Amino acid sequence: MPQIDQLSETLTSQVFWLLVFFGLTFVVVGLGMVPKILGTVEMRDNQIAGDLAAAQAARDAATAEEEAWRTRENANRAAAQALIGEAKAKAAAATAAKLAKAQGKLDTQLAEAEAAIEAARSSAMAEVEGVAADVARDIVARVAGADIKPATAKAAVKKVMAHG
Amino acid sequence: MKQFTIEPLLGSDWQLGDGINIAFTNSALWMAITAVLVWVFVAGGMKRQLVPGRWQMAVETMTGFIDDLLEANVGKAGRKYVPYIFTLFMFILFGNLLGLVPVGLIPGIHAFTFTSHFTATGVLAIMSFSIVLIVGFWKHGFHFFSLFWPANTPVFLAAPISLIELVSFMVRPFSLALRLFVAMMAGHVLLKVLASFVIAGGGAGLGLGVLVGLPSFVLMVAISALEILVAGIQAYVFALLTSLYINDAENLH
Repeated sequence: MPQIDQLSETLTSQVFWLLVFFGLTFVVVGLGMVPKILGTVEMRDNQIAGDLAAAQAARDAATAEEEAWRTRENANRAAAQALIGEAKAKAAAATAAKLAKAQGKLDTQLAEAEAAIEAARSSAMAEVEGVAADVARDIVARVAGADIKPATAKAAVKKVMAHG
Repeated sequence: MKQFTIEPLLGSDWQLGDGINIAFTNSALWMAITAVLVWVFVAGGMKRQLVPGRWQMAVETMTGFIDDLLEANVGKAGRKYVPYIFTLFMFILFGNLLGLVPVGLIPGIHAFTFTSHFTATGVLAIMSFSIVLIVGFWKHGFHFFSLFWPANTPVFLAAPISLIELVSFMVRPFSLALRLFVAMMAGHVLLKVLASFVIAGGGAGLGLGVLVGLPSFVLMVAISALEILVAGIQAYVFALLTSLYINDAENLH
Protein backbone atom coordinates (compact mmCIF):
# COMPACT_ATOMS: atom_id res chain seq x y z
CA MET A 1 0.00 0.00 0.00
CA PRO A 2 1.84 3.11 -1.22
CA GLN A 3 -0.04 5.28 1.25
CA ILE A 4 1.93 3.63 4.07
CA ASP A 5 5.07 2.57 2.21
CA GLN A 6 5.73 6.10 0.99
CA LEU A 7 4.54 7.82 4.13
CA SER A 8 7.85 9.11 5.43
CA GLU A 9 9.18 10.34 2.09
CA THR A 10 5.99 12.03 0.84
CA LEU A 11 4.31 13.29 4.01
CA THR A 12 5.80 16.79 3.97
CA SER A 13 5.26 17.24 0.25
CA GLN A 14 1.63 16.09 0.53
CA VAL A 15 0.90 18.37 3.47
CA PHE A 16 2.69 21.32 1.91
CA TRP A 17 1.03 21.16 -1.50
CA LEU A 18 -2.40 20.40 -0.08
CA LEU A 19 -2.12 23.44 2.19
CA VAL A 20 -0.93 25.52 -0.78
CA PHE A 21 -3.69 24.52 -3.18
CA PHE A 22 -6.47 24.26 -0.63
CA GLY A 23 -5.37 27.59 0.81
CA LEU A 24 -5.34 29.19 -2.64
CA THR A 25 -8.79 27.80 -3.37
CA PHE A 26 -10.04 28.98 0.01
CA VAL A 27 -8.70 32.50 -0.43
CA VAL A 28 -9.59 32.97 -4.11
CA VAL A 29 -12.83 31.00 -4.34
CA GLY A 30 -14.08 30.71 -0.78
CA LEU A 31 -13.31 34.21 0.44
CA GLY A 32 -13.24 36.02 -2.90
CA MET A 33 -16.10 34.59 -4.89
CA VAL A 34 -18.55 32.76 -2.64
CA PRO A 35 -19.69 35.85 -0.68
CA LYS A 36 -20.34 37.66 -3.96
CA ILE A 37 -22.39 34.74 -5.26
CA LEU A 38 -24.34 34.57 -2.01
CA GLY A 39 -24.79 38.33 -2.29
CA THR A 40 -26.18 37.95 -5.79
CA VAL A 41 -28.62 35.33 -4.58
CA GLU A 42 -29.65 37.51 -1.67
CA MET A 43 -30.02 40.54 -3.94
CA ARG A 44 -32.26 38.53 -6.24
CA ASP A 45 -34.30 37.21 -3.33
CA ASN A 46 -34.72 40.74 -2.02
CA GLN A 47 -35.71 41.99 -5.46
CA ILE A 48 -38.27 39.21 -5.81
CA ALA A 49 -39.63 39.91 -2.35
CA GLY A 50 -39.79 43.63 -3.18
CA ASP A 51 -41.54 43.00 -6.46
CA LEU A 52 -44.02 40.71 -4.76
CA ALA A 53 -44.69 43.33 -2.08
CA ALA A 54 -45.17 45.99 -4.75
CA ALA A 55 -47.55 43.73 -6.64
CA GLN A 56 -49.47 43.06 -3.45
CA ALA A 57 -49.67 46.78 -2.70
CA ALA A 58 -50.89 47.50 -6.23
CA ARG A 59 -53.47 44.80 -5.87
CA ASP A 60 -54.65 46.18 -2.55
CA ALA A 61 -54.88 49.65 -4.08
CA ALA A 62 -56.88 48.29 -7.00
CA THR A 63 -59.22 46.51 -4.60
CA ALA A 64 -59.73 49.71 -2.59
CA GLU A 65 -60.29 51.65 -5.81
CA GLU A 66 -62.86 49.15 -6.93
CA GLU A 67 -64.57 49.32 -3.56
CA ALA A 68 -64.74 53.12 -3.77
CA TRP A 69 -66.03 52.93 -7.32
CA ARG A 70 -68.67 50.46 -6.24
CA THR A 71 -69.82 52.73 -3.42
CA ARG A 72 -69.93 55.71 -5.78
CA GLU A 73 -71.77 53.68 -8.36
CA ASN A 74 -74.30 52.50 -5.80
CA ALA A 75 -74.91 56.07 -4.66
CA ASN A 76 -75.35 57.18 -8.29
CA ARG A 77 -77.72 54.36 -8.91
CA ALA A 78 -79.77 55.21 -5.82
CA ALA A 79 -79.92 58.87 -6.91
CA ALA A 80 -81.04 57.86 -10.39
CA GLN A 81 -83.61 55.54 -8.88
CA ALA A 82 -84.96 58.40 -6.73
CA LEU A 83 -85.10 60.69 -9.78
CA ILE A 84 -87.00 58.08 -11.72
CA GLY A 85 -89.41 57.54 -8.83
CA GLU A 86 -90.05 61.28 -8.57
CA ALA A 87 -90.69 61.60 -12.28
CA LYS A 88 -92.95 58.60 -12.14
CA ALA A 89 -94.95 60.11 -9.28
CA LYS A 90 -95.17 63.44 -11.08
CA ALA A 91 -96.31 61.79 -14.26
CA ALA A 92 -98.87 59.72 -12.37
CA ALA A 93 -100.27 62.84 -10.67
CA ALA A 94 -100.48 64.69 -13.99
CA THR A 95 -102.21 61.75 -15.58
CA ALA A 96 -104.67 61.53 -12.70
CA ALA A 97 -105.45 65.26 -12.96
CA LYS A 98 -105.96 65.02 -16.70
CA LEU A 99 -108.16 62.01 -16.28
CA ALA A 100 -110.25 63.77 -13.67
CA LYS A 101 -110.64 66.78 -15.94
CA ALA A 102 -111.68 64.62 -18.85
CA GLN A 103 -114.03 62.72 -16.63
CA GLY A 104 -115.65 65.98 -15.51
CA LYS A 105 -116.01 67.10 -19.09
CA LEU A 106 -117.51 63.81 -20.06
CA ASP A 107 -119.85 63.90 -17.08
CA THR A 108 -121.17 67.36 -17.98
CA GLN A 109 -121.53 66.34 -21.62
CA LEU A 110 -123.39 63.29 -20.52
CA ALA A 111 -125.62 65.31 -18.25
CA GLU A 112 -126.29 67.82 -21.02
CA ALA A 113 -127.07 65.05 -23.43
CA GLU A 114 -129.33 63.41 -20.92
CA ALA A 115 -131.11 66.71 -20.27
CA ALA A 116 -131.52 67.24 -24.01
CA ILE A 117 -132.90 63.75 -24.39
CA GLU A 118 -135.23 64.36 -21.49
CA ALA A 119 -136.41 67.65 -22.98
CA ALA A 120 -136.88 66.04 -26.37
CA ARG A 121 -138.84 63.24 -24.79
CA SER A 122 -141.05 65.54 -22.77
CA SER A 123 -141.70 67.74 -25.81
CA ALA A 124 -142.42 64.63 -27.84
CA MET A 125 -144.72 63.45 -25.03
CA ALA A 126 -146.53 66.79 -25.07
CA GLU A 127 -146.92 66.51 -28.80
CA VAL A 128 -148.23 62.99 -28.45
CA GLU A 129 -150.71 64.31 -25.86
CA GLY A 130 -151.79 67.07 -28.19
CA VAL A 131 -152.20 64.63 -31.07
CA ALA A 132 -154.01 62.15 -28.78
CA ALA A 133 -156.37 64.89 -27.57
CA ASP A 134 -157.15 65.94 -31.16
CA VAL A 135 -157.68 62.30 -32.14
CA ALA A 136 -159.86 61.74 -29.10
CA ARG A 137 -161.97 64.86 -29.96
CA ASP A 138 -162.36 63.62 -33.52
CA ILE A 139 -163.33 60.15 -32.38
CA VAL A 140 -165.81 61.59 -29.88
CA ALA A 141 -167.24 63.91 -32.55
CA ARG A 142 -167.65 61.09 -35.08
CA VAL A 143 -168.87 58.41 -32.71
CA ALA A 144 -170.94 60.44 -30.31
CA GLY A 145 -171.46 63.50 -32.43
CA ALA A 146 -170.58 65.57 -29.39
CA ASP A 147 -168.33 68.41 -29.74
CA ILE A 148 -166.17 68.52 -26.70
CA LYS A 149 -163.83 71.23 -25.85
CA PRO A 150 -160.17 70.68 -26.52
CA ALA A 151 -159.35 71.27 -22.85
CA THR A 152 -161.68 68.49 -21.75
CA ALA A 153 -160.17 66.09 -24.29
CA LYS A 154 -156.75 67.01 -23.16
CA ALA A 155 -157.61 66.36 -19.52
CA ALA A 156 -159.15 63.02 -20.39
CA VAL A 157 -156.10 61.98 -22.43
CA LYS A 158 -153.83 63.06 -19.61
CA LYS A 159 -155.88 61.02 -17.14
CA VAL A 160 -155.73 57.90 -19.37
CA MET A 161 -152.00 58.32 -20.05
CA ALA A 162 -151.29 58.78 -16.42
CA HIS A 163 -153.06 55.46 -15.78
CA GLY A 164 -151.60 53.93 -18.87
CA MET B 1 -1.56 -0.42 -6.47
CA LYS B 2 0.44 1.69 -8.88
CA GLN B 3 -2.42 4.14 -9.11
CA PHE B 4 -1.77 5.16 -5.49
CA THR B 5 1.96 5.63 -5.92
CA ILE B 6 3.27 9.14 -5.49
CA GLU B 7 5.99 10.11 -7.93
CA PRO B 8 7.92 13.36 -7.95
CA LEU B 9 7.39 15.26 -11.17
CA LEU B 10 9.44 18.37 -10.46
CA GLY B 11 12.04 19.42 -7.99
CA SER B 12 12.52 16.16 -6.19
CA ASP B 13 15.21 17.92 -4.16
CA TRP B 14 13.13 20.99 -3.27
CA GLN B 15 13.34 21.52 0.44
CA LEU B 16 11.59 23.75 2.89
CA GLY B 17 14.08 24.55 5.60
CA ASP B 18 16.22 21.60 6.53
CA GLY B 19 15.21 18.19 5.25
CA ILE B 20 11.58 19.02 4.66
CA ASN B 21 11.01 17.72 1.16
CA ILE B 22 8.38 19.50 -0.91
CA ALA B 23 8.82 17.86 -4.29
CA PHE B 24 6.02 18.66 -6.76
CA THR B 25 4.48 15.21 -7.17
CA ASN B 26 1.67 13.79 -9.27
CA SER B 27 -0.47 14.14 -6.15
CA ALA B 28 0.33 17.85 -6.00
CA LEU B 29 -0.42 18.14 -9.72
CA TRP B 30 -3.92 16.72 -9.26
CA MET B 31 -4.50 18.97 -6.28
CA ALA B 32 -3.54 21.86 -8.54
CA ILE B 33 -5.89 20.65 -11.29
CA THR B 34 -8.65 20.33 -8.68
CA ALA B 35 -8.02 23.85 -7.44
CA VAL B 36 -8.06 25.24 -10.99
CA LEU B 37 -11.27 23.39 -11.88
CA VAL B 38 -13.01 24.57 -8.73
CA TRP B 39 -11.90 28.09 -9.58
CA VAL B 40 -13.09 27.75 -13.19
CA PHE B 41 -16.42 26.33 -12.07
CA VAL B 42 -17.12 29.05 -9.55
CA ALA B 43 -15.73 31.82 -11.78
CA GLY B 44 -18.23 30.74 -14.44
CA GLY B 45 -21.01 31.64 -12.03
CA MET B 46 -19.67 35.10 -11.25
CA LYS B 47 -21.69 36.96 -13.90
CA ARG B 48 -23.99 38.12 -11.11
CA GLN B 49 -26.97 38.36 -13.42
CA LEU B 50 -30.37 38.97 -11.96
CA VAL B 51 -31.77 36.20 -14.14
CA PRO B 52 -29.10 33.50 -13.93
CA GLY B 53 -27.90 31.40 -16.82
CA ARG B 54 -27.36 27.66 -16.50
CA TRP B 55 -23.79 27.88 -15.22
CA GLN B 56 -24.59 30.62 -12.75
CA MET B 57 -27.60 28.60 -11.62
CA ALA B 58 -25.37 25.56 -11.04
CA VAL B 59 -22.86 27.53 -8.97
CA GLU B 60 -25.61 29.23 -6.99
CA THR B 61 -27.17 25.84 -6.32
CA MET B 62 -23.88 24.64 -4.84
CA THR B 63 -23.34 27.71 -2.66
CA GLY B 64 -27.00 27.65 -1.67
CA PHE B 65 -26.65 23.97 -0.78
CA ILE B 66 -23.74 24.66 1.59
CA ASP B 67 -25.48 27.77 2.91
CA ASP B 68 -28.60 25.75 3.73
CA LEU B 69 -26.48 22.97 5.27
CA LEU B 70 -24.84 25.40 7.68
CA GLU B 71 -28.08 27.24 8.32
CA ALA B 72 -29.77 23.96 9.26
CA ASN B 73 -26.94 22.58 11.41
CA VAL B 74 -25.40 25.66 12.99
CA GLY B 75 -28.02 28.36 12.53
CA LYS B 76 -27.48 32.02 11.68
CA ALA B 77 -23.95 31.94 13.14
CA GLY B 78 -23.08 29.26 10.58
CA ARG B 79 -23.02 31.69 7.65
CA LYS B 80 -19.48 32.81 8.34
CA TYR B 81 -18.24 29.25 7.77
CA VAL B 82 -19.74 29.04 4.28
CA PRO B 83 -16.46 29.97 2.50
CA TYR B 84 -14.54 27.25 4.35
CA ILE B 85 -17.16 24.50 4.08
CA PHE B 86 -17.84 25.37 0.46
CA THR B 87 -14.15 25.19 -0.41
CA LEU B 88 -13.82 21.95 1.52
CA PHE B 89 -16.83 20.39 -0.19
CA MET B 90 -15.88 21.46 -3.70
CA PHE B 91 -12.21 20.53 -3.24
CA ILE B 92 -13.06 17.03 -2.05
CA LEU B 93 -15.86 16.57 -4.59
CA PHE B 94 -13.71 17.61 -7.55
CA GLY B 95 -10.76 15.60 -6.22
CA ASN B 96 -12.93 12.49 -5.90
CA LEU B 97 -14.53 12.92 -9.32
CA LEU B 98 -11.24 13.67 -11.07
CA GLY B 99 -9.91 10.35 -9.86
CA LEU B 100 -12.75 8.64 -11.72
CA VAL B 101 -12.14 10.38 -15.04
CA PRO B 102 -10.67 7.76 -17.38
CA VAL B 103 -7.68 9.86 -18.43
CA GLY B 104 -5.63 6.66 -18.32
CA LEU B 105 -6.94 6.00 -21.83
CA ILE B 106 -4.44 8.60 -23.03
CA PRO B 107 -1.02 6.89 -23.08
CA GLY B 108 1.44 8.16 -20.51
CA ILE B 109 -1.15 9.89 -18.36
CA HIS B 110 -2.19 8.38 -15.05
CA ALA B 111 -5.13 9.53 -13.03
CA PHE B 112 -4.46 10.10 -9.37
CA THR B 113 -6.96 10.52 -6.55
CA PHE B 114 -5.32 12.57 -3.82
CA THR B 115 -8.31 11.91 -1.55
CA SER B 116 -7.25 8.25 -1.47
CA HIS B 117 -4.23 9.27 0.63
CA PHE B 118 -4.72 9.71 4.32
CA THR B 119 -1.92 12.24 4.34
CA ALA B 120 -4.17 14.50 2.28
CA THR B 121 -7.49 13.69 3.95
CA GLY B 122 -5.70 13.93 7.30
CA VAL B 123 -4.68 17.52 6.61
CA LEU B 124 -8.28 18.39 5.70
CA ALA B 125 -9.59 16.65 8.83
CA ILE B 126 -7.05 18.36 11.08
CA MET B 127 -7.98 21.71 9.59
CA SER B 128 -11.66 21.10 10.35
CA PHE B 129 -10.84 19.84 13.83
CA SER B 130 -8.58 22.84 14.49
CA ILE B 131 -11.37 25.20 13.52
CA VAL B 132 -13.66 23.45 15.99
CA LEU B 133 -11.05 23.74 18.76
CA ILE B 134 -10.16 27.35 18.00
CA VAL B 135 -13.79 28.47 17.75
CA GLY B 136 -14.74 26.48 20.84
CA PHE B 137 -12.04 27.85 23.09
CA TRP B 138 -12.29 31.34 21.59
CA LYS B 139 -16.02 31.60 22.23
CA HIS B 140 -16.39 29.64 25.44
CA GLY B 141 -12.94 29.52 27.02
CA PHE B 142 -12.47 26.68 29.45
CA HIS B 143 -16.24 26.30 29.56
CA PHE B 144 -15.79 24.48 26.23
CA PHE B 145 -14.77 21.44 28.32
CA SER B 146 -18.41 21.13 29.38
CA LEU B 147 -18.85 19.58 25.92
CA PHE B 148 -17.67 16.39 27.61
CA TRP B 149 -20.39 16.57 30.21
CA PRO B 150 -23.74 16.26 28.41
CA ALA B 151 -26.68 18.07 29.93
CA ASN B 152 -28.56 16.32 32.75
CA THR B 153 -25.82 13.74 33.34
CA PRO B 154 -25.98 12.43 36.92
CA VAL B 155 -22.89 13.36 38.91
CA PHE B 156 -21.88 9.78 39.66
CA LEU B 157 -21.77 9.10 35.88
CA ALA B 158 -19.74 12.22 35.16
CA ALA B 159 -16.37 10.47 35.15
CA PRO B 160 -17.14 7.58 32.75
CA ILE B 161 -19.36 9.70 30.49
CA SER B 162 -16.86 12.50 30.16
CA LEU B 163 -14.15 9.93 29.41
CA ILE B 164 -16.28 8.42 26.65
CA GLU B 165 -17.13 11.87 25.32
CA LEU B 166 -13.48 12.85 25.34
CA VAL B 167 -12.49 9.75 23.40
CA SER B 168 -15.26 10.21 20.86
CA PHE B 169 -14.25 13.84 20.48
CA MET B 170 -10.57 13.02 19.97
CA VAL B 171 -11.45 10.30 17.45
CA ARG B 172 -13.29 12.77 15.23
CA PRO B 173 -10.36 13.91 13.06
CA PHE B 174 -9.28 10.30 12.53
CA SER B 175 -12.76 9.11 11.59
CA LEU B 176 -13.16 12.13 9.32
CA ALA B 177 -9.88 11.47 7.52
CA LEU B 178 -10.12 7.69 7.42
CA ARG B 179 -13.71 7.59 6.16
CA LEU B 180 -12.87 9.58 3.03
CA PHE B 181 -9.55 7.85 2.44
CA VAL B 182 -11.02 4.36 2.86
CA ALA B 183 -14.06 5.03 0.71
CA MET B 184 -11.96 6.39 -2.13
CA MET B 185 -9.28 3.74 -1.91
CA ALA B 186 -11.76 0.86 -1.62
CA GLY B 187 -13.65 1.98 -4.69
CA HIS B 188 -10.51 2.26 -6.77
CA VAL B 189 -9.16 -1.09 -5.55
CA LEU B 190 -12.48 -2.75 -6.34
CA LEU B 191 -12.47 -1.33 -9.86
CA LYS B 192 -8.84 -2.39 -10.23
CA VAL B 193 -9.60 -5.98 -9.13
CA LEU B 194 -12.56 -6.23 -11.48
CA ALA B 195 -10.49 -4.76 -14.30
CA SER B 196 -7.84 -7.42 -13.69
CA PHE B 197 -10.60 -10.05 -13.92
CA VAL B 198 -11.67 -8.62 -17.25
CA ILE B 199 -8.11 -8.66 -18.58
CA ALA B 200 -7.29 -12.11 -17.22
CA GLY B 201 -10.63 -13.58 -18.32
CA GLY B 202 -10.29 -12.15 -21.78
CA GLY B 203 -6.75 -13.45 -22.07
CA ALA B 204 -7.70 -16.98 -21.01
CA GLY B 205 -9.78 -17.72 -24.07
CA LEU B 206 -13.37 -17.37 -25.21
CA GLY B 207 -14.98 -19.56 -22.54
CA LEU B 208 -13.51 -17.82 -19.52
CA GLY B 209 -13.79 -14.48 -21.26
CA VAL B 210 -17.57 -14.85 -21.55
CA LEU B 211 -17.93 -16.52 -18.16
CA VAL B 212 -15.72 -14.21 -16.08
CA GLY B 213 -14.63 -11.25 -18.19
CA LEU B 214 -18.03 -10.12 -19.39
CA PRO B 215 -19.85 -10.19 -16.01
CA SER B 216 -16.89 -8.46 -14.41
CA PHE B 217 -17.04 -5.76 -17.07
CA VAL B 218 -20.77 -5.24 -16.53
CA LEU B 219 -20.14 -5.07 -12.79
CA MET B 220 -17.37 -2.53 -13.39
CA VAL B 221 -19.73 -0.26 -15.25
CA ALA B 222 -22.25 -0.47 -12.42
CA ILE B 223 -19.62 0.09 -9.75
CA SER B 224 -18.21 3.06 -11.67
CA ALA B 225 -21.66 4.63 -11.45
CA LEU B 226 -21.73 3.79 -7.74
CA GLU B 227 -18.29 5.37 -7.32
CA ILE B 228 -19.53 8.62 -8.82
CA LEU B 229 -22.29 8.55 -6.23
CA VAL B 230 -19.81 7.74 -3.46
CA ALA B 231 -17.59 10.63 -4.60
CA GLY B 232 -20.49 13.01 -4.02
CA ILE B 233 -21.64 11.38 -0.80
CA GLN B 234 -18.20 11.37 0.80
CA ALA B 235 -17.68 15.04 -0.01
CA TYR B 236 -21.11 15.75 1.46
CA VAL B 237 -20.41 13.66 4.57
CA PHE B 238 -17.13 15.45 5.15
CA ALA B 239 -18.82 18.84 4.86
CA LEU B 240 -21.81 17.73 6.95
CA LEU B 241 -19.73 16.30 9.79
CA THR B 242 -17.48 19.34 9.83
CA SER B 243 -20.53 21.57 10.12
CA LEU B 244 -21.92 19.38 12.91
CA TYR B 245 -18.63 19.62 14.81
CA ILE B 246 -18.59 23.37 14.26
CA ASN B 247 -22.11 23.45 15.68
CA ASP B 248 -20.76 21.88 18.90
CA ALA B 249 -18.23 24.67 19.18
CA GLU B 250 -20.54 27.46 18.10
CA ASN B 251 -23.62 26.49 20.13
CA LEU B 252 -22.25 24.79 23.22
CA HIS B 253 -25.10 23.14 25.04
